[in-house]
Amino acid sequence: MIALVGLSELPVTSVISAVLIVAGCLLGLLGGIGVYRLPDVFGRMHAATKPPTLGLVLVVVGAMLKVNGLAGVTLLVLVILLQFLTAPVGAHMVARAAYESGDQVDEGTVVDELEQADPPEMFP
Amino acid sequence: MILATNLGFILLSIGAFFTLARLVQGPSLADRVVATDLLLTLLVMGIGVLSARTGEDTYLIVMVIVAMVGFFGTTMVARFIERRGA
Repeated sequence: MIALVGLSELPVTSVISAVLIVAGCLLGLLGGIGVYRLPDVFGRMHAATKPPTLGLVLVVVGAMLKVNGLAGVTLLVLVILLQFLTAPVGAHMVARAAYESGDQVDEGTVVDELEQADPPEMFP
Repeated sequence: MILATNLGFILLSIGAFFTLARLVQGPSLADRVVATDLLLTLLVMGIGVLSARTGEDTYLIVMVIVAMVGFFGTTMVARFIERRGA
């Protein structure tokens, strides 16, 4: 993006891009640790969907500062849009399938609203 | 820039290692689907770091394709679990 105006070789651009990339990769690591440590499927899904989405946005913006050409920037914007559209939908479908197929909720869970719900009404 | 991208690759590798451990030992099928989805997201992030390191736009289309394939795979397996159970 900055490359279009010819600023991608400035040191400031490289520093900003490096900070964004390291922060995004830290969020990716956080997602991995969360998926390994959390007790049930729903908590793991939370850890696998939210932090890596923000991390992907940070990494992509960091790459946008360094990639030259308008075509690359367009593809990176497309990646962000695709992740924002698909990650919640996929997580919702997996959560519904897991709950319906009898995956156990952890004992530490405080609120389980689907417990008192009538299954045929909840899942038409 | 080289230092930052090296650090990013190391962090992503550690995260992918934890995700792989969950993928191997996850008790239910939904756990494995979640882990696979996260692994593909980490792969997309790794390609982004690589393209920021080299400044080329050769691999960017791979990011789009991997993100789409990951979503389709997750949706398909979710529907499969819903129909079959467990």
